[in-house]
Amino acid sequence: MADVERINTPVEAAIAEHFAGVKATLPGDAGTRETAFARFTEAGLPHRRVEEWKYTDLRNLMREAAALAPALSDDAAKAALEASPWFSGVDAVRIAIANGHVVASASDLADLPEGVTLETLSQALAAGHADLAHLGAIPEAGDNIAVALNSAFMTDGVVIRVKAGTKVTMPLHLRFVITGDSAVATATRSLIVVEKGASVTLLESHDSADALAHQPNNMVEMVVGDEAQVAHFRIDGHGTGAQALSTLTAHLGAHVAFDTLNIVARPGLVRHQVYMTFAGEHTKGAVRGATMLTGKQHADTTLFVNHVAPHCESRELFKTAIDGNATGVFQGRIAVAREAQKTDGQMMSSAVLLSDGATMNNKPELEIFADDVLCAHGATCGALDDDLLFYLMARGIPRPEAEALLIESFLGEAVEEAVDETDEDLREALLSVARTWLAARS
Amino acid sequence: MLEIKNLVVEIEGTRILNGLDLTVNNGEIAAIMGPNGSGKSTLSYVVAGKEEYEVLDGEIILDGQNVLEMEPSERAAAGVFLAFQYPLEIPGVATMTFLKAALNAQRKSRGEAELTTPDFIKRVNAAAQQLEIPKDMLKRALNVGFSGGEKKRMEILQMALLEPRFCILDETDSGLDIDALRIAAEGVNALRSPDRSFLVITHYQRLLNYIVPDSVHVMAGGKIVKSGGKELALELEANGYADYKAQEAA
Repeated sequence: MADVERINTPVEAAIAEHFAGVKATLPGDAGTRETAFARFTEAGLPHRRVEEWKYTDLRNLMREAAALAPALSDDAAKAALEASPWFSGVDAVRIAIANGHVVASASDLADLPEGVTLETLSQALAAGHADLAHLGAIPEAGDNIAVALNSAFMTDGVVIRVKAGTKVTMPLHLRFVITGDSAVATATRSLIVVEKGASVTLLESHDSADALAHQPNNMVEMVVGDEAQVAHFRIDGHGTGAQALSTLTAHLGAHVAFDTLNIVARPGLVRHQVYMTFAGEHTKGAVRGATMLTGKQHADTTLFVNHVAPHCESRELFKTAIDGNATGVFQGRIAVAREAQKTDGQMMSSAVLLSDGATMNNKPELEIFADDVLCAHGATCGALDDDLLFYLMARGIPRPEAEALLIESFLGEAVEEAVDETDEDLREALLSVARTWLAARS
Repeated sequence: MLEIKNLVVEIEGTRILNGLDLTVNNGEIAAIMGPNGSGKSTLSYVVAGKEEYEVLDGEIILDGQNVLEMEPSERAAAGVFLAFQYPLEIPGVATMTFLKAALNAQRKSRGEAELTTPDFIKRVNAAAQQLEIPKDMLKRALNVGFSGGEKKRMEILQMALLEPRFCILDETDSGLDIDALRIAAEGVNALRSPDRSFLVITHYQRLLNYIVPDSVHVMAGGKIVKSGGKELALELEANGYADYKAQEAA
């Protein structure tokens, strides 16, 4: 390791100081946290010369490092939760996580569906819960700096297990909120273990005020057993003051159906990473996203799709609408191992640029070692179609409204593909994010 | 009602309309016929306000207002309607959402109240029934997966709903079989009124058997070269455009 870099920026030093100050109070095995933090100490904040972070230069973008937020009073947590609108129209079992800590009094812990167990991560860490063995099911994610920092700082989250064969009809909704008067950081880790043949829908929402400088680092790990079905819908509604890092890992067994959709509408800076590994045969996995950006926002979606087992199908569809001087980034890597024959992988990223100052960086990558696969990727980038705009306007629809119709339909494709068409409430909850964004635009 | 004076139009440096004059009176159906490339579709786009055409000279006066300064949506609100030769497919935009947005936008610009949903649906269903448009077509994304004939009928449906003052039919007959042509023409005829005028652009006289024009204009080389009554269409059908093309070349 000739080019090991040392902590050498004030922000990196501040993060080290925060860790030193807080580590004795964090639950669980101190050694594991130290090991994770050593990874950060070694590499520092990622910067543009690190290929995987080329377009999101954290060293340049993060000029301050906030300390971990303390747990809120129940009243303060409830006030913040009250103000968070996401998925409110969808019936669900709600689990509230405010400033990085589960708020039991604002969660439906007594109403968990049959066959579902839940513990808080802090309890699980303190008790050395057996399920924690599933953390880090995708080892390569551990090298990622956002993940390493999460492992070092994680305060709380949920550990959910869905028992074999359980069909959970009511979605589980993880509601994350962050509030405060001065800059805060949070680190949450959640683990969802779905046993063989079970099915569950997970909703995940994030909310915080625009004016608050905050640095959330959230990670959700899913371990999906054979023949299980998981649908995951995420709304990243962090405020413009956010510098948000998030990671989703999905370790998929055989004959699984897994879907995740991420909608990004507000955060100032966001990097969402998805690690999806096809470990069992005949599994279908889909990763989708709809991102809308304006002002100086920066949103990065980075995928690591890993086909290890044969006969699997992966689908990635990402839609980005960019206005103002905002920047979108899509990096999608699909790796197909020699053994993963008959892999069917299709990845598409489309961006519509709504202003001269809008930027999109698309980087699809295929790494294929098997010789009998069907893999394709595509990326498009352009303005709204003038002919379509003219058609709508020729019917009397004014330009802003005509643009809104086209942008909504563009973004909506990712939602329509992900949501069961009979699920009107969920569809509405997701599309309304785009409508709210579009209404603010015109 | 509509008066076009000395219209000169270019696209990407190529002259398409070359001093075109045309007047269409209240309640009149004017047909424009002409060979390929004579500028008929350009004329329809320029009246509706498509951006990429550069108007170098002339004016288009609708009810005393020069529409050239208006956005396409403002022209629509002022009463211009273009039935497209090739209606566009818009995936992800539901037909009903589009129709409602268009109707309410026009009502709003005229200072009228938005329609209630039941009232809106009633109007759409009535128009659809007349044009033999099945209800499941209305449930799909706009024009997506529609046949050529269905798309044209959807154009006429929009025209019926929006009740424009000045309708341009750009080769509405192209791609239609004889039954679809009859249905579309009946839809148009049902909209005939002393307050509404039509500009019917076509290559063939056949459409004019169904939509009988008050005047026929021959377009060649970017202007109107001959005007007459409906018998002019029959003459063209018999003799073709050869005379006019020769005239253009000369």
